[in-house]
Formats: sequence, structure tokens, C-alpha cells
Amino acid sequence: MTVDSSAARQPRRSAAGKAGTTGSKRTTRTTAPRAKKSTEPELVQLLTPEGKRVKNAEYDAYVAGITPEDLRGLYRDMVLTRRFDAEATALQRQGELGLWASLLGQEAAQIGSGRALRDDDYVFPTYREHGVAWCRGVDPTNLLGMFRGVNNGGWDPNGNNFHLYTIVIGSQTLHATGYAMGITKDGADSAVIAYFGDGASSQGDVAESFTFSAVYNAPVVFFCQNNQWAISEPTEKQTRVPLYQRAQGFGFPGVRVDGNDVLACLAVTKWALERARSGDGPTLVEAYTYRMGAHTTSDDPTRYRADDERVAWEAKDPILRLRRYLEASNHADEGFFAELEAESEALGKRVREAVRAMPDPDHFAIFENVYADGHALVDEERAQFAAYQASFADAAEGGR
Amino acid sequence: MAEKMAMAKAINESLRRALETDPKVLVMGEDVGKLGGVFRVTDGLQKDFGESRVIDTPLAESGIVGAAIGLALRGYRPVVEIQFDGFVFPAYDQIVTQLAKMHARSLGKVKMPVVVRIPYGGGIGAVEHHSESPEALFAHVAGLKIVSPSNASDAYWMMQQAIQSDDPVIYFEPKRRYWDKSEVDFEAIPAPLHKAQVVREGTDLTLAAYGPMVKLCQEVANAAAEEGKSLEVLDLRSVSPLDFDAIQASVEKTRRLVVVHEAPVFFGSGAEIAARITERCFYHLEAPVLRVGGYHAPYPPARLEEEYLPDLDRVLDAVDRSLAY
Repeated sequence: MTVDSSAARQPRRSAAGKAGTTGSKRTTRTTAPRAKKSTEPELVQLLTPEGKRVKNAEYDAYVAGITPEDLRGLYRDMVLTRRFDAEATALQRQGELGLWASLLGQEAAQIGSGRALRDDDYVFPTYREHGVAWCRGVDPTNLLGMFRGVNNGGWDPNGNNFHLYTIVIGSQTLHATGYAMGITKDGADSAVIAYFGDGASSQGDVAESFTFSAVYNAPVVFFCQNNQWAISEPTEKQTRVPLYQRAQGFGFPGVRVDGNDVLACLAVTKWALERARSGDGPTLVEAYTYRMGAHTTSDDPTRYRADDERVAWEAKDPILRLRRYLEASNHADEGFFAELEAESEALGKRVREAVRAMPDPDHFAIFENVYADGHALVDEERAQFAAYQASFADAAEGGR
Repeated sequence: MAEKMAMAKAINESLRRALETDPKVLVMGEDVGKLGGVFRVTDGLQKDFGESRVIDTPLAESGIVGAAIGLALRGYRPVVEIQFDGFVFPAYDQIVTQLAKMHARSLGKVKMPVVVRIPYGGGIGAVEHHSESPEALFAHVAGLKIVSPSNASDAYWMMQQAIQSDDPVIYFEPKRRYWDKSEVDFEAIPAPLHKAQVVREGTDLTLAAYGPMVKLCQEVANAAAEEGKSLEVLDLRSVSPLDFDAIQASVEKTRRLVVVHEAPVFFGSGAEIAARITERCFYHLEAPVLRVGGYHAPYPPARLEEEYLPDLDRVLDAVDRSLAY
């Protein structure tokens, strides 16, 4: 019952070989067998929290061509995503959404990785990737349908190469792996990125997706946003080694990046995507970041974490840090920030109006698309439901 | 062109034809390649179609189904093998929460043409987790279709139809019938995938079964005939959807129904059939619908399975009880 074909073993060697040349420092730097809770973990950083650009011999090349306009674009993406997220949180408080999963604090991880993608790449998100959806051109109002309860998705996954949100933790990493295997079979050179969290790293599916992607040398980037908390459980409850080091045991490189540094996230994701495209197989990127808000609007973080933790992370805010850099390097003026503020207001208004205008689904939507080829029981129950609905109409017309 | 062959060979021929006809069809699973599967159902396929079409996978059932979902999203039509019935549960999450719901969640934008092959049922003297019949656990889930052939011809054609379906199909293979031979007509026009078939006409009572129990029911009908009783045998073929019209038609004729399956009777497919046929045929029935199946106990060790599984006498007892009303 073992996989013993040489084809299955071959990619693992090549992935490991590549790790040895491009990722050896990162994978061997931390030699302690067990993670210590470190406040300053070693990670790839291009922009300090103070907004200072720091050199990085390995990754600078991946952002070498970036223009001031590109930088303003990344800033705009993060500001508008945060505004959208704040608006959704408010709408939940107003009873317009049943639930919301805020990305507050994770804008750099999502925009940096999202802007590293090509149009023909495919994204498998969890349920918090609002910034990545933004980068893919999914209308943000479409993200609200499932949280309002009018559908379980709301966009065509193939329209933007952005799969539906997946709520069962970690399931989508296997879908990403299978899709990436398909890309290889097609002889295409696009790549896949799978998002998941530190909590999901404990799921068997994530481990199985690492195994499959390594064995088949699938062009997939595993992008773990370690936001420190899986609802109330800290990362220490998920792992005893830094998460990026998990990759080593599966035979591919892992790297930890400052998840609040949009430039570093962009650079590291580009590097990982290029590895995938050039046939070198999967990579694990751990974006070390922080979920500033609650897990979802149903959650109460004051019960399990201290305020000073959040304060410490606020000093590393991804948006503030890029603003400092833009200002210090004269890449953006007051006019840019004022214009963006107006755009942000307009987005907020559009989102509010769109949610309130969102129609409830037709009653018969229950029975639609259960099967592609139809099913006798669904037909029968739809007919019963129709008769039941019609009985109210009769009573209303003739009964009074 | 017709040929007499064993059911395992018929499934093999069907997979071969699908691999030949459609370059998007893939066969995946543990040991399906060089070994040809532990029951040799995929024998020779990897040799002829290569390792990228007939894929030996890591030993990870959730991974097999989850990766198949991703391949389906990319436009492939994977046929995955779960080596034995009791091993499907690590994949149950992917099947139930992902595979079954993807079409509905995407409002029909995404198709899931994945076939999950599960050799199932007992009677071969196997060890724990190798003899179970979990079909009801899948039938309860909207979005899945569940079929089980009882003979080589159906095994061949139902596999063709399952692969062509844009819905996920759980294809339960009755492993104790793998070596039974029957005629397969490769040019036939097959019955629709979810249509039941009367395999023996009768007038006194209907025996409804699928998969491994159809052959038993035919033997029961032979034995009953010697006692002057005329039993109709219905091969249901599909567990979801269930062909209630065919069962109703038969019951309206015979007025009595006994459902036979290997799975535990409690909350099993027989319960669903009994309830619905009682609703549909209340005034036709001369006796309550009776069920014969497994007990509410873990599948026993092999030396006890003959006590656990429905056999000729247990089904005949149920027939007698029904006829006594």
C-alpha cells in the first residue's frame, strides 16, 4: 500500500534540492527543536514598522521594478479593503448581516499576496480573504451575500479565478492542490494559492495537501496567515514549532514573512509563485500577522486576550507603515490621501446601499442547483412545497 | 458484441472505455496503479494509460477526494477508489461538506463530475472495517447520487453513466459479487442510471434489494417457488434517487413488500422505502412493509458474519410473516 513509483518520488527530490539553494538560510536558521514564544520572530521584512525601507538580499529583486504609482496602488487597496471591512462590521451591528469575519490588521498579507498573482492564477480562500477578493476584482458587495444569508457564495468562481469562501477549516487546501495538479496535467504555467490560518494548520486536510502537493510537485503556494488566534486559541495550542518550518518535513521550502509588511508579502509571494511556475513545486509562506478584531462578530476577544497585545500590534499597523514610507519618500502628497479618503467614503456608501437593496432569494431557490442532472426526490419535494405555498394564496383570496 | 465476464472485469472494461473516450477522465486511489487495486478492478489501466491518468495516491482518503474536487474544478472527471467501505470515513467530510454542496453553493456555476468507487459489504471473510454498508449515511446527504450494481452488465453501464454525470456519484461495488459472471453487451442501450428493474416477475410479494442482495433475493424467489409462492424481485440499482414509482407499481400488483439490504435495518434505506411505500400504497398493502438487514451492532468478526448478514432463511421467514397477514 505504498506509493512507490519513481514519478512520485522525483518531484520531492527537486523540491528539496531547490530548497537547498534558495531557501536554506530560512529553513535552517532556527535550529531550536521547539518554538519559544518569541516577540520578535525572524521574518522577511522590507519595510519596518516605522516605514523605513530595509534591504533584503534575497527578496529585493522581486520588488525591484515597483514604481511610486504601484506603491500608491497597494496603499489604496489596503485603505479601501479596511474601509469595506469596517463598513461590513457596522452593517452586522445594525442587523443587516448575520455575521462578519473581519480582516482588520491583515490587509498587508492579503493585498501583498493578492497583487503578486497573475490573472490566470487561481485562488482558494477561506472566509476572511476580502482583500484578496478585492485584488481579484470580485465586487466586494458580492462577499456579503453569504453573511447576509441570501446565498452560500455569490460569485462565479471562474469569473475571477477566485473560488468560493470555504468555511470548513482547511478543506480548500486540498482543492487547491487538486487544481494545481490539473494545471500540471494541462501543461499550463499558472499557479494556485491556498489561504488558510494558523488554526487550520492543525487540520489533517492541510497536512494531506502538503503531502499531495509535494508528491505530485503541484504548483501551489500555501499562504498561511498566522494571525495568532484561532478564535480563542493561541498559536501555541496549534504547534510547537514555527509554522513555516512544517514545510521542511514535507520536502518543500517554508518561509516566514512579516505579514504586516505589504512589500515583503508581495516579494515573498512572487518568489513562491515563480518557483511554482518553473516546476519547483509547492511553497509554504507563513505571513506573521495579527487579527486586530474579533474572530467574527460573534466572538468576544476580551475574554481571552490582553489589551496590551493589541496595542503592541497596532504599532505595527500595515497601513500606517506604508503611509509613513510614502510620505518620507515623497511618493504621495496630501492630494492623494484626500482623494483616497473621498473614494473610501464613496465605497462605504455603495456597500451600505448595496446590502440594503440585496433581495431575499426566491423561495424556490432551496431546490435549485441541488443537482446538475436533477433528482426525482428534489422534484417531488419542490412540487409539494409549491402546493403548500399555493395553499396560502388560496386561503388569502377565498378565506376571508 | 456481448461477452460473459465477472463484475470486476466489467468495471475494469468500463473504466478503460472511459479513459479511452475522454482524456479528462482520471482514475485515482491507493494501489490502483501497478497493483491494479486490491481487487484488481483497475488491473492494467496504468500500464496502458500512464501514471498521469491512473494515479497512485498517498494513503490519505480525505486527500484523494479533496484533490479530486480540485481536479474537477479544473475540468477533469476523476474516478476515485476508496479501497474499502470502512475507510471512506476520513473522506466523509470532503464528500459531505464539499463535494455534495459545490454545485448548489456556486449557484450551478461549478460542476462536480466525480465518481467515488467504494467496494462494500460483507461475505468475504474480511477483517474489521472491510465489510460495511454505509450507503444510508450518504443517501441522507443532498447533492450526492448513490448507485450499486448487482451484475456485470449493470456494473459496466452504470459506471459509464456515473462518469458522464455532472453530479458526484457514490458507486458502491458489492465486493462479494466481483467474481460472479454475467453477459455484458457493449453495444446495448442501457437503462437509465436511476431506474429500478424487475429481474423476476411474481404476483404474491415483492422483494426489493440492490447490490449484493439481489442475487440472494433471486435465490429466495426460487426457493419460494418450490413452495408454490410467486415472488417478484426488484433490483433497485440506485439508492439516491430511489425509484419509488417502480416499487409502487410492483407493490400495487403484489400487495406485499419485503426490503432486503446488508446495512443495519435501523435508519437504513429499508426504513425510507417502508415509510414512503406506506404513504403511496396504504390501501393496496395487505401487510406492513418488512425489512431484513444487519443488526444495530458493529459488523461482527468474520466467523459471525453469516449470522449477521441476511440469508435465505431469514428472508424466507420475512416472506412468510408478510404472507401470514
